[in-house]
Amino acid sequence: MNKLYALTIAEASKGLRAKSFTSLELTGACLERLRAVESQVHATLQVLDAQALQDAKASDRRLAAGEALGPLDGVPVMVKDNMQLLGSRTTAASKILENYESPFDATAVAKLKAAGAVILAKTNLDEFAMGSSTETSAYGVTRNPWNLTKIPGGSSGGSAAALASGMCLGALGSDTGGSIRQPAAMCGVTGFKPTYGRVSRYGLLSMASSLDQIGTFGRTAEDAKLLLEAIEGKDPLDSTSAETSRYVPRKREGDGLKGLRVGLPEEFFSEGMDPEVRERVMTAAKELEKLGAELVDVKFPSAKYGLPVYYVIMPCEVSANLSRYDGMRYGLSVPTPSLKETYFASRGEGFGKEVRRRIMLGAHALSSGWYDAYYLQAQKVRAKMKAEFDALMQDVDLLLSPTAPSVAWDLGEKFEDPIAMYLTDIYTVTVNVVGAPAVSVPCGFVRDMPVGLQLIGRQFEDALVLDAASRYQEVTDWHAKQPML
Amino acid sequence: MSLSREEILKIANLAHLKLAEDEIETFRAQLSSVLEYVGQLSEVDVRGIEPAAHIAGVSNVLRADEVKTTPTEVREALLNAAPEREGDAVKVKAVFR
Repeated sequence: MNKLYALTIAEASKGLRAKSFTSLELTGACLERLRAVESQVHATLQVLDAQALQDAKASDRRLAAGEALGPLDGVPVMVKDNMQLLGSRTTAASKILENYESPFDATAVAKLKAAGAVILAKTNLDEFAMGSSTETSAYGVTRNPWNLTKIPGGSSGGSAAALASGMCLGALGSDTGGSIRQPAAMCGVTGFKPTYGRVSRYGLLSMASSLDQIGTFGRTAEDAKLLLEAIEGKDPLDSTSAETSRYVPRKREGDGLKGLRVGLPEEFFSEGMDPEVRERVMTAAKELEKLGAELVDVKFPSAKYGLPVYYVIMPCEVSANLSRYDGMRYGLSVPTPSLKETYFASRGEGFGKEVRRRIMLGAHALSSGWYDAYYLQAQKVRAKMKAEFDALMQDVDLLLSPTAPSVAWDLGEKFEDPIAMYLTDIYTVTVNVVGAPAVSVPCGFVRDMPVGLQLIGRQFEDALVLDAASRYQEVTDWHAKQPML
Repeated sequence: MSLSREEILKIANLAHLKLAEDEIETFRAQLSSVLEYVGQLSEVDVRGIEPAAHIAGVSNVLRADEVKTTPTEVREALLNAAPEREGDAVKVKAVFR
C-alpha cells in the first residue's frame, strides 16, 4: 500500500473504517511529511498541529464507536488562509492582517469540522488571492513540488502544493478567476470550482464578490466531490448562495460518458498556447471519446472578451471590498495625527503592490466619468457572454479546454509584467464570468511539469463535471503520479 | 489609454493609498497598459443588453426582520480585533473637528 500521506480521501476513509490505521496515525504521517518537505516547498502559513492531533483523537473515538460523521471523518485537510478558522490567524497572506485572529469559522470551514475533517494548516496564497503564482504573498513564495525553481500557480498555490507534496489529503481553495484550477493544473492535482453560489462565501475574505467561489482540491475528482458534498449548501449568512433544489443530479450515473456531447471551443485553443500542452489536451479528449463521448468543435466568440471583462469587474469589486481595511476596524493601523493620514498610511504600508494596483484600477474604473465606459460596459458584455454560453450549452453537455496555456514557469519570470501574468488565466476566467462549474484534472506532462485538462459544465451540473472527470481518471493514471521530493 | 502622473495621484487619493515616489511611474505605466488591454471591450455591440446582476439568477433575498444576537465570544473577538477599543466600542480618530 501507498504511504499513508499519499492516500486518496476515499482510500483513507475506507482504511479508517476498516481499522487498518487510525486518524492519529494518518494525521501524524501528514505532519511528519510536512516537517520533512515544508522547508523546500513553503506551502503553509500556520500549522495547527496541537489542535489537529486533538481532533484526530476525537475522530478515532467516533470511528471506534462506529459513529463516524461521514467520509471525511478523521481525514487531514488544509484550508487556504483567506478563510476564517477559529483558533487561527487569517492573514490572506497580507501584512495588513498579520496579527488578525479569526473571530469565527467560515461556513465552509464549520462544515468541514462538522464532517469530522482534521484541519492541519492554513495554506499560502497570493495576497488577498490576487495573483496567479503565489508570488505576491507577503510571507514568501510557495515552490512547485515538481520543480522547486517553478511557481506552483495561484492564487491557491499553497493548497495545491501542500496536496501535491503529501502534506494533506485534500484542501479548500477559492477561485475568482482560476485560483483553484490553475494551481491544480500546475501542481498535478485535481481542483474544482463549483457553480457560483453553491458553496457559501461567509467567512471568506471578499475579493470580487460576483466571481469569488470556494472550491476543493483532491488527488482525484472523487475526492474533490467528497469535499464539495461536505461544504456545499444554501447559507442564510450568504444571501448569494443558491438553494440546493437547483442542484442538477447526474441523470445517468454509472453510464460512462456514452452519449455525452463534449464541445471544444475554438477560442480556448487560441494562439499563444504551448503546442505540447495542446497535444496533451487533445490526447485526453480522445480518451473521453473512447469512453463514449462525442467530441464537437464549437464556437464561443465572446469568450475572447473573458479576460478584459474580468480585469474590469474584478478590480472594481476589489476596490470596493478592500475599502474595509482602513486601519480602524481591524488589522494594521499606522498611527498618525489624523484620520485621513491613518487611512493612507495603513493601506499604503499594509497592502502589497499587486493589491494596490488592482484597487487603483478599480477606483479609476468606478470614478466619475468612467463608470459607463468600464464597469457598466463590462457587465453588459458579461451578460452577453452568459447568454452565449447558455445557448452553446444547449448543444453540448460539457466544454473541454486546457486549464492554462502553459505549464508552470520559473519563479520571478512574469512577476514584473502584470499583463503577461494575467494572460495565464485566459482559459479559466470565462468560467467565473458566467458562473459555471469547472474542474482541472492532470492529463500529462510537458518538460516534466504537469498539464491540466479543464472540463466546464452548465450551472448546477457540478456532479456531471466531476463524474466525467472521474471516468477519465478511471482509465488514466496521470493523477496518481507524485513528485519526487 | 495612457494615464498621466496627475491622474495616478488622483486615483491614489480616491483609493486612500500612499504611494512611494518611485511607485508612481511604475503604476502609471502598468495601469495604462491594463486599461489599454481592457479597452477592447468598447468594440463589443451591447445594444439592448441589460447588464448582468447576479450571475446565477438569485435576486431579492430577504430574511425576517428580527434581532439576532451574536455569541458573546464572537462579539468580544470582533471588538478585540480593532486597533483601539474603548469599552464596547471601536475607538477611531475624530471624523469632524
